[in-house]
Amino acid sequence: MANAQTLAASLNPATSPDTVARAELREIDASARWPVIIFLVSGLIWLLIGTGFALISSIKLHTPDFLGDYQWLTFGRARTAHLNSVIYGWSTNVAFAVAFWLMARLSRAKLRHGGLLIVAACFWNLGVTIGVIGILAGDSTSIEWLEIPPYATPLLFVAYALVGVWAIITFRFRKSEHVYVSQWYLLAALFWFPWLYSVAQIMLIFEPARGTVQALVNWWFAHNVLGLWFTPIGLAAAYYFIPKVLGKPIHSYYLSVLGFWSLAIFYNWAGVHHLIGGPVPAWVISAGIAASIMMVIPVVVTAINHHFTMVGSFGALRSSPTLRFVVFGAVNYTLVSLTGSAMAIRGFNEVTHFTHFTVAHAHQGMYAFFTMVMFGSVYYIMPRLLLKEWPSATLIRTHFWATAIGITFYWVELSIGGWIQGTEMNNASIPFIDVVQHTIPYLFLRSVSGIVITIGHVAFAINVVWMLFARRPAGATAPTLFHPPAALQPTPAR
Amino acid sequence: MNRGPLIFLGIFFALAFSWTGVVLTNQIQFGSLTPFYDQNDGKTYPEKRSGLAERGRLVYQDLGCLYCHSQQVRRPGFGADTERGWGDRQSVARDYVNDKRVYLGTMRTGPDLRNIGARQPSADWHYLHLFDPRLTSPGSIMAPFGFLYEYRKVLGERSPKALKLPADYARRRGLDQPGYELVPTPRAEALVAYLLSLKDTYDFPEAKPYVPKTGGGAK
Repeated sequence: MANAQTLAASLNPATSPDTVARAELREIDASARWPVIIFLVSGLIWLLIGTGFALISSIKLHTPDFLGDYQWLTFGRARTAHLNSVIYGWSTNVAFAVAFWLMARLSRAKLRHGGLLIVAACFWNLGVTIGVIGILAGDSTSIEWLEIPPYATPLLFVAYALVGVWAIITFRFRKSEHVYVSQWYLLAALFWFPWLYSVAQIMLIFEPARGTVQALVNWWFAHNVLGLWFTPIGLAAAYYFIPKVLGKPIHSYYLSVLGFWSLAIFYNWAGVHHLIGGPVPAWVISAGIAASIMMVIPVVVTAINHHFTMVGSFGALRSSPTLRFVVFGAVNYTLVSLTGSAMAIRGFNEVTHFTHFTVAHAHQGMYAFFTMVMFGSVYYIMPRLLLKEWPSATLIRTHFWATAIGITFYWVELSIGGWIQGTEMNNASIPFIDVVQHTIPYLFLRSVSGIVITIGHVAFAINVVWMLFARRPAGATAPTLFHPPAALQPTPAR
Repeated sequence: MNRGPLIFLGIFFALAFSWTGVVLTNQIQFGSLTPFYDQNDGKTYPEKRSGLAERGRLVYQDLGCLYCHSQQVRRPGFGADTERGWGDRQSVARDYVNDKRVYLGTMRTGPDLRNIGARQPSADWHYLHLFDPRLTSPGSIMAPFGFLYEYRKVLGERSPKALKLPADYARRRGLDQPGYELVPTPRAEALVAYLLSLKDTYDFPEAKPYVPKTGGGAK
């Protein structure tokens, strides 16, 4: 960031020499308080619900008779309820919250028309609730990533329209002359998602295209929800918080420009790689593969920018919860994207397509990258909104280690299981039922890692609720850190 | 990069590029693909589904079958789809023109179902398999769909569709009371009709079987 502070100042607002700027930021934070908190808390509730469905579906895959008599919880529905709870419930809610706060902060403008956002939050969560209940009741559309039944989607659309209008207003009223890289990502994401969503709704549900054109629209949409909605929000947060917490500028401005535009151009073609070998024109698959490989450019560029900013400051990972989560996410962004490019190569795809390898990959992207960056952001934002500190460093530590170890183990073991599944499936001399049997140990281990991750989520939830209801302390407070960093020891606050 | 409108234009054209390429161009290229009229057979392929099978498609959709079963056969030499007997030839776009919703799928926790109607044409097998997959396929991890069946008192004659469960299995599950039968509900019947309708056992000029069999062509 251009207005870089020292590490100590950025970690402890009370000691900042720049009190005027601080007061301004505090006003901005105060204006953002309720809209952001409402989105964050609803996101958290969905995270817990989604985790519950995740465990149910995971257990069903190795113990198929578990809850087998309940139609509402049959695998195809519980799994879909899991996906929609965590994507539209947790991830999108928290993405909204972080995006609003970043947008207000980076525009150096008070968040206007917060009421609009609160209405949007109500519509959005009502839409997702009706959607998930609809899926459990059997109204799923069975279009991947668009399962929410058509009677709930207008609510989501109204919510999104309100958010879009708000974002443009806020950007127009910005006070800072410089548009920071995070803002490009936020603006782009807020603009891209409604476009994707409306085209997909029209061409798949309201006026369905014929035959396998549907599959192309489906994957153009579904992959772009990751690439053009969650990824930009996650990257915007990483681009903001890494330099912010470290108190030093991002490694290279030019690389961030290159990274943004190459992502914008290549990512949106990449979704077709989900149809390699499928009944769609070969040219469009080849174009999708080419775009997926070209994604190496924005990924490497962003990796250089994020990781080189960290060089020389790794000590800060010991103390700052925000930094630890965000850097874990940023590292996983690099890994998951490079794996993704590899998975688009035909020879690699021949093995991994249709296997649990893809499931592991998807969780690395949505969880190890995106969700972890969001956790880190929440740890930074909440104290500034509530003017309170996190009640327990132990709970934050539990949250970090449980989720970090859980998701890493999940990704590693399920990737191995998926790879074995893929190679065996391509060998017709191995009976299919044996291929299935050989995946069971890995599916079981997946449930184990799910339980570990759940422990982390419970720790997170306790900390958030505790914080919300804790009394606000009088006077200046020090942030909750894992370890008091050396730089902070002699500050006046202590 | 500080000019708002310029950034916005860039953002707009980035997505417009792929929207044109992936969505619009393909819609123009094969979005109005029609079924193929075979003069020798005097029939149009793919054939339309029966009303019952079409209702079964909705059961397939609402239970989320596609999250474990794909419906696409890849070309020989790419994967082992044809070697596994999942189809005589690769699936092509024309196979799907009558499908109101396309369930290509991205996962093969279970086998591909594009030709399940040809591979397993017995309705009785499907009824047993859906009731408890372990009955017909020991070691399977497929979800059981007992809720698609009704255990009821026999009124008059036994239903011809009543499940013929192995005796020890019926005893273990308490499904062996005299005068009672286990029958599929209409949803199960529709689902099985749909599964049986899944067979691309015809040729298109653009898609011939991989290994031509004697007397090939439409079976």
